[in-house]
Amino acid sequence: MGQIIQYITSYLGSNQTPGAAGNMFWALVYIMLVFVGLSIAVIAMNWLERKILAHMQVRLGPMRVGPHGLLQPIADAIKLLLKEDIMPAEADGLIFWTAPFVVVLAAFTVFVVVPFGPTHAITDMNIGILFMLGVSSLSVLGIVMAGWASNSHYPLIGALRSSAQMVSYEVAMGLAVVSAILMTSLNAEGTGTLSMIGIVQAQLAQGEWFIFKFFPLGLIAFFIFAVAMVAETNRAPFDLAEAESELTAGFHTEYSGFRWSLFFLAEYSAMIAVSSIAVTLWLGGWLRPFPNLLHNSTWDLGFSLFPGVTFLLLAAMCFYNAARMPKHPLFRIQTIGLAGFGAVLGLIGLVLFYPPVSGRIQDIFWFSAKVAGFMYLYIWYRGTFPRYRFDQLMRMGWKVLLPLGLGVLILTASVALLQQTLWHP
Amino acid sequence: MTDSNSSLSNLDLETPEKPFLDSNELVINMGPQHPATHGVLRVILRLDGEKVLGLECVIGYLHRGVEKIGEHRTYTMFNPYVDRMDYVAAVSNGLGYCETVEKLLNVEAPPRAQHVRVILTELNRIASHQLWLGTHALDIGAITPLFYTFRDREEILKIYEKYCGARLTTHAFRIGGLQYETYAGFEKDVKNFLAFFRPKIDEYEELLTTNRIWVERTKNVGAISAQDCIALGVTGPVLRASGVKWDLRKAKPYANYKNFDFDIPTGENGDTYDRYLVRMAEMRQSVRIIQQAVDALPEGPIMAKVPKVMKPPAGEVYHSIEAPKGELGYFIVSDASTQPYRVRVRPPSFVNLQALDVMCRGQLVADVIAVIGTLDIVLGEVDR
Repeated sequence: MGQIIQYITSYLGSNQTPGAAGNMFWALVYIMLVFVGLSIAVIAMNWLERKILAHMQVRLGPMRVGPHGLLQPIADAIKLLLKEDIMPAEADGLIFWTAPFVVVLAAFTVFVVVPFGPTHAITDMNIGILFMLGVSSLSVLGIVMAGWASNSHYPLIGALRSSAQMVSYEVAMGLAVVSAILMTSLNAEGTGTLSMIGIVQAQLAQGEWFIFKFFPLGLIAFFIFAVAMVAETNRAPFDLAEAESELTAGFHTEYSGFRWSLFFLAEYSAMIAVSSIAVTLWLGGWLRPFPNLLHNSTWDLGFSLFPGVTFLLLAAMCFYNAARMPKHPLFRIQTIGLAGFGAVLGLIGLVLFYPPVSGRIQDIFWFSAKVAGFMYLYIWYRGTFPRYRFDQLMRMGWKVLLPLGLGVLILTASVALLQQTLWHP
Repeated sequence: MTDSNSSLSNLDLETPEKPFLDSNELVINMGPQHPATHGVLRVILRLDGEKVLGLECVIGYLHRGVEKIGEHRTYTMFNPYVDRMDYVAAVSNGLGYCETVEKLLNVEAPPRAQHVRVILTELNRIASHQLWLGTHALDIGAITPLFYTFRDREEILKIYEKYCGARLTTHAFRIGGLQYETYAGFEKDVKNFLAFFRPKIDEYEELLTTNRIWVERTKNVGAISAQDCIALGVTGPVLRASGVKWDLRKAKPYANYKNFDFDIPTGENGDTYDRYLVRMAEMRQSVRIIQQAVDALPEGPIMAKVPKVMKPPAGEVYHSIEAPKGELGYFIVSDASTQPYRVRVRPPSFVNLQALDVMCRGQLVADVIAVIGTLDIVLGEVDR
């Protein structure tokens, strides 16, 4: 018994990821946490996208299910789960059945190496970024399988489009990633790293986020990645694979109910996954703003208040809107519900002020905040841009982003080499 | 059969071997249930990969026999039916019909009625173009303009609702003039709308006109030459975007358009982008016309003297107006009874739709959607 408890607690003092510490118990706990957190994030994202998009388009968005439509994603999930599971008669059953799982598997597996903090990752692989890129590109397999197995024209065209698109944008994406990885090697030993945690630590050691490194080279590489990642996840303005007005729904036209919701889940978790790659590589991962410049106990304390304050602000928003609810018996439950939700958020906020908790949670907060910024960008794009045409998309991938990526890579390498030989011989 | 075939094929040396990867044409059926065919248009596409080799429109899914109905209704009774053809420009349809019957009866609506007709028709042109802009942008993937245009179209519909009680199929005009006098505050409402709407056109243009993706998606897409337009009978903004300065409001003035000062915007290349620009400019011109009409709204009667039971003299008449989508013509044959002997409608959407094949050949699938959007068809009018 004592041994078991000792095994469980042995990890807590260490400053490694559970995978690296070899502690299976905590690794499993982290897997659970990531899985649950991701599911909640997808649910929240579903609601947020509809709300934000609605407000951009002078409408209200979901307002009926729960206060301000807060329970809408849950209602949607129940609806999807209860729907009849339809498989077209001419479909290739096994592949049709497997495709959504391949996509979801690929989208979820990448989170094994996503560093939410120096210790908050399931494991720290020394080929982390390679693993992420490799596994996330597996999802194209699922999409091709879905399009092929549906045995229908629209899904087939959608699958062809998305596979071509994902493959071609991966090249540009890879070049941008390589130029960021090059920057990690600018230390005394001159050894770079592919580990996701190592990349962030390199940014901490070099005292700047890679987006500002060798200005504007880092920025251009980031820009290439930011464009390619939208194309990679098949989102507007590159959502040709599921171009609603052209191909009805693209590769998942024939899917319904739970299987369709798996594609939905995979799409959103893929968005979070690529955003976390971008955050890790260019935006300093879990690092708070100015970790080196504003480094004393006052600033540390100030920045450690951010998570709690954010939650308190969200709680205040809930209370404010609960107070603005119509004073009518019909709205009583909604008002109480909204105030209750605000109370829960406020309670979380208060807990986050407790120093031991805030110390451990800070990294996760900054990482999530940066990813959330990308999520907002995704929604903003969707509300603003028309859709690219397939040939224009391909032209942009191969004729603009790829040469640009190559140029940035060569320039970054040259500048890095010069810096290492001239200033640090 | 398969046995004999296989034994024969062994002997027949000239039979080409079926390639491992055959590249057949892909025939895709777009519609009638499709989000971007603006109703129930069915387009059969012949594709080579993404390239369109040819297409064929199948129409008739919304056929209601409006023309035949006309033969069994009196002239007055048929008036509301025409609103159901182009239901986004119902007022224009009504204007065309009323003016045709007036021509047949040889009466003319009084000046005040003419002015109100012009105001309502031009408001309707704006509303129709707004709906076109929203759905066209939606087809190309920009989802936000739709909500902006619908927000502003609402103001026009409110004016209609206050004027005649209906918002969409208004039945606003009567043969010989108007049934209703304008409500108190009509002029103020219209002027307020114009002041409200002028900056809104800039807002739409800000979203799209210089948007790189929008320009790439519409420039040189679905281009059609002026000759092709004329040969196919294409009218309206599509024709004007190809560079032909043909607008029935100027060419054959009806109502009292000759009293108003406005320009005919034209394009050069006849592509989707030019058609977009032409329609945007037309909205500005409509605002100009309405401003003039509402500033000079005369007093007086709103109804000409028309008999309660209309029995036009035997004969036939063709009259056409510039509807938002093009030339809308009515051909009515009278046999001196209370009902028309024959009603024939020349709907702009139906005629413009036949240019789809010419415009889409050699383009990509995504362009077909853009071209269907830019033709601005309403299936209620195509099928009637």
